[in-house]
Amino acid sequence: MSNVFVVGEIKDGELKKISRELTSAARKIADTLGGQVEVLLIGAGAEKFAGDLGAVGADKVLTADAGDFNAEAYANIISENVKAKKPSVVLMPHTGYGKDYSPRVAVKIGAGIVADVVGLSVDGGKVIGKKPIYSGKAYANIKVTTDIQAFTVRPNSQELGSKAGAGAVEAAAAGAGDVKVKVTGTELSGGSKIQLTEASIIVSGGRGMKGPENFPMLQSLADLLGAALGASRAAVDSGWISHSHQVGQTGKTVSPNCYIACGISGSIQHMAGMGSSKYIVAVNKDPEAPIFKVATYGVVADLFEVVPALTAEFKKVLG
Amino acid sequence: MKVVVLVKQVPDTETNIKLGDKSINEAGIKWIISPYDEFAIEEGIKLREKNGGEVIAVSVGPDRVQDVLRTSYAMGVDKAVHIKVDDYNTFDSLFTSQLIANFAKAEAADIILAGRQAIDTDSSQVPVQIAEELGAGHVVLAIKIEINGTSAKITREVEGGTATVETSLPVVVTATKGLNEPRYPSLKGIMSAKKKPIDVKQAADLGAPASRIEVVGLEPPPPRIAGRKLEAADAAGFASQLVKALREEAKVI
Repeated sequence: MSNVFVVGEIKDGELKKISRELTSAARKIADTLGGQVEVLLIGAGAEKFAGDLGAVGADKVLTADAGDFNAEAYANIISENVKAKKPSVVLMPHTGYGKDYSPRVAVKIGAGIVADVVGLSVDGGKVIGKKPIYSGKAYANIKVTTDIQAFTVRPNSQELGSKAGAGAVEAAAAGAGDVKVKVTGTELSGGSKIQLTEASIIVSGGRGMKGPENFPMLQSLADLLGAALGASRAAVDSGWISHSHQVGQTGKTVSPNCYIACGISGSIQHMAGMGSSKYIVAVNKDPEAPIFKVATYGVVADLFEVVPALTAEFKKVLG
Repeated sequence: MKVVVLVKQVPDTETNIKLGDKSINEAGIKWIISPYDEFAIEEGIKLREKNGGEVIAVSVGPDRVQDVLRTSYAMGVDKAVHIKVDDYNTFDSLFTSQLIANFAKAEAADIILAGRQAIDTDSSQVPVQIAEELGAGHVVLAIKIEINGTSAKITREVEGGTATVETSLPVVVTATKGLNEPRYPSLKGIMSAKKKPIDVKQAADLGAPASRIEVVGLEPPPPRIAGRKLEAADAAGFASQLVKALREEAKVI
């Protein structure tokens, strides 16, 4: 049996989309290799998502509650369950949480790991992970040679499946163990709940936004579309918007279905962060801006006229 | 206090990448320090300025990585260590982390600093793997580090804000933008860096880890969906065309 073990993610009481994406990808691998899909969900109330995960291919949903997120505790619980279940493939999310615990899991379970893959295929009984490298200028196909093959998978990179599994719930081992790093306080900056790295639509602004007073215009469009708000380094360095919104080499890497770039010229460093977006819309007055080379739809016009018109038009059609 | 800083040599983002069969063609590549590692080097120097001790820069790879160690010297580290691996597989994070963990253990490092990710592989694996191998705590995405005796108070980015954490030393910390402003090497620093010794260690001396992955092949990025510039008389015209294209053609909204 070649079972596939998935680590799902719950945040703020909600099942993250990446959990269904990973389960869908796992189902395909398990069907090829002949095995089961087991999904581990850590967090309060995990049982209630068994149906959602079963619908995209989970045979079993393992649930554990470990209190607030802690990378060491999660790594302990995940590796304990992997050791008990002995899968041949482990898929983890390449999210903020996943990047925090997956390296520890790889060491604990003695598995080779390929991180940030956007494609998974099976060849000769082994999984091959495809990952963008060198800022998306190339893709590497890599397989893992240890008994357990571990991968972290980029959000929005996997299609949702339609083959259902049993979705049976089982309580998982939940030994959090000793942790060395303790959170003593958090400060949330408010703003949108939609996270940039997992958003399926991003509305982003650059130097062409001219000042902080113009970002609410983009935020309105983003809110209307259920999108996250992004920014280029130029806008962040000018102090118009916080670094947490920055997309690009010294910001976040994103792979949304649709990236709407407003007043962004498109430096190589910016494209390194958003180049794998499926559809790119560029609104820029400068017809020579490099962003137009990657844009699916280019609008050479003044964003201060186009963005409000776009918001109005979407309001009309989205009701 | 002993600080070990991980420094990775990567191709400059603007460099044209030519693909070989299982690795890139290195001819004509301009190499740089991975940008996030510069925040780590700067923080190491700042911690030493405040708390005393020494900062050791370490890099894994073939002889060319000595360039980034020279730059680290020019920025102000006290010592540079080159872990020499000629056929270095940049994707094998466990291989790299075991070498560096064994080195850090031998040095009894109090704090190990690294960039949040290297810009060639974007894997975000090596620093946290080192923490696991050392049985140490780790904190990713640090924007403020305070050391107090044998403990550390660190502010890090979390999604939607920041969190403050406390931990004992040793600890592994990854740096992100906002932690500091990396200094430029001074001319004097660059000149004296040329003469400083680089301690070369062989992988065999640090446990010679086994490879756990295999690169099957490299390929160019998938072709982009062909783009087109929309034509319209005014903003409303652009808006209606764009909404139509996104809803009916791309079907993304």
